[in-house]
Amino acid sequence: MGNLFQFLLRFRAFIIFGILQILCFWLIVRNNQYQSAAFFTTSNQVAGSVLATSDDVNDYFFLGDQNKSLVMENAQLKEALALKKLDTISNQISKTIDTVLVKQFEFLAGKVINKSVHWANNYLTINKGYEDGIENGMGVVSAEGVVGVVKARSKHFSTITSLLHSKAMVSSLIKRTGDLCSTSWDGESPSTGIVQYVPRHVNVKKGDTVVTSGYNAIFDEGTMMGIVDVVELPENAAFYNIKLRLATDFNTLSYVYVIKNRLKVEKDSLEQNIIQQNGQ
Amino acid sequence: MGNRKLVIHLVSFIIYLTVQVLFMKNWVLYDTAFCFIYIAFLLLLPVELPITILMILGFFTGLSVDIFYDSLGIHASASVLIMFVRQYYIRMTSSRIGMESADPLTLRQRGIEWFSIYAFVLILIHHLALFFIEVSGLGMFWFTFSKAFFSTLLTFIVVIISQYLFYSKKRAK
Repeated sequence: MGNLFQFLLRFRAFIIFGILQILCFWLIVRNNQYQSAAFFTTSNQVAGSVLATSDDVNDYFFLGDQNKSLVMENAQLKEALALKKLDTISNQISKTIDTVLVKQFEFLAGKVINKSVHWANNYLTINKGYEDGIENGMGVVSAEGVVGVVKARSKHFSTITSLLHSKAMVSSLIKRTGDLCSTSWDGESPSTGIVQYVPRHVNVKKGDTVVTSGYNAIFDEGTMMGIVDVVELPENAAFYNIKLRLATDFNTLSYVYVIKNRLKVEKDSLEQNIIQQNGQ
Repeated sequence: MGNRKLVIHLVSFIIYLTVQVLFMKNWVLYDTAFCFIYIAFLLLLPVELPITILMILGFFTGLSVDIFYDSLGIHASASVLIMFVRQYYIRMTSSRIGMESADPLTLRQRGIEWFSIYAFVLILIHHLALFFIEVSGLGMFWFTFSKAFFSTLLTFIVVIISQYLFYSKKRAK
């Protein structure tokens, strides 16, 4: 027994070093999971308010840029509205519109108070929390395109797993051909994405638009992902190598919308049923 | 450790952390070089503290930074690592030069040569650990390595400048 204590005393530095490192790696692994507790993230109240204050000060330096992006968004919305008007005029014999489907998606605006783009796993923090109706797993978009998914939230703040994350993957479509694919990040440049699983028979061209598919009930269908930039088709490969110019400019991102899908639970439970039935 | 020293270190901890999360966090040069000035706090902790306390301090310092970077455990792990290495490094180099090993670890006390090598080695170890744990693997080796290397240079330069600015002779007395 005495020997054991002697041993522990002699190597206490190594032992404590080992214990602390194991603790750290346990935290890292836990943090990498899809959702996590808000306490140890930027959505914790103290960190959140510090970052919000710092962002308030920072804002004054970027007023011009923000104005510009808001004006652009306004222009796009006006355009969409005009198209919509035209549509209703041409369809005078109006169909009965399913009000549930029309109001399926609700958009909650939030301000980005903290973000990173230079790491292998990037996150954003916004100034909306569960008091505003935000839940884990909700999709987040900007005026330009997809941003990410809510990871953790506290009363007034939420942490968002950015699309610029090594594990982020969004089900998408090539708009022109309608083929299903998956979009993720290339891990280096904050403006480049990768499109996977496009089979070789599909005719993809540079300049094609990639949008969300809406199959996963997180993002509504047709939200911009980006524009195809480089298309490669290696010999004997089953799928294309496609590089995408991401629609969202993460460097200047300042306002985002969190998507609340009213029918998500219904859709998920229905699909869950089918998956279970097939499994048996 | 006297009370006065304790207060100085506590205040410097708060200042370094504030500077780190409010300013340095938004400052990335050429998309590759990051500055982690908070390491200076760990580098300057008194020599007479036992290694176990040093590692625990490193752990909590790293954890505080992690909360603001949403990188739970990564800074903590790298900080514990350099606190572990630090003790052996100081013991090894101080005895060789014949320096009084209880002297504070500032540039003024230890001289530019000793301090800059000490700071550079530990910052390099910290940054290599940090960036490679962050990408969790050796994929994209050179991309990650260049980030770690240029960040080391930037942090090192800022640490040396801060030594000249805030730990000058007049202030220390």
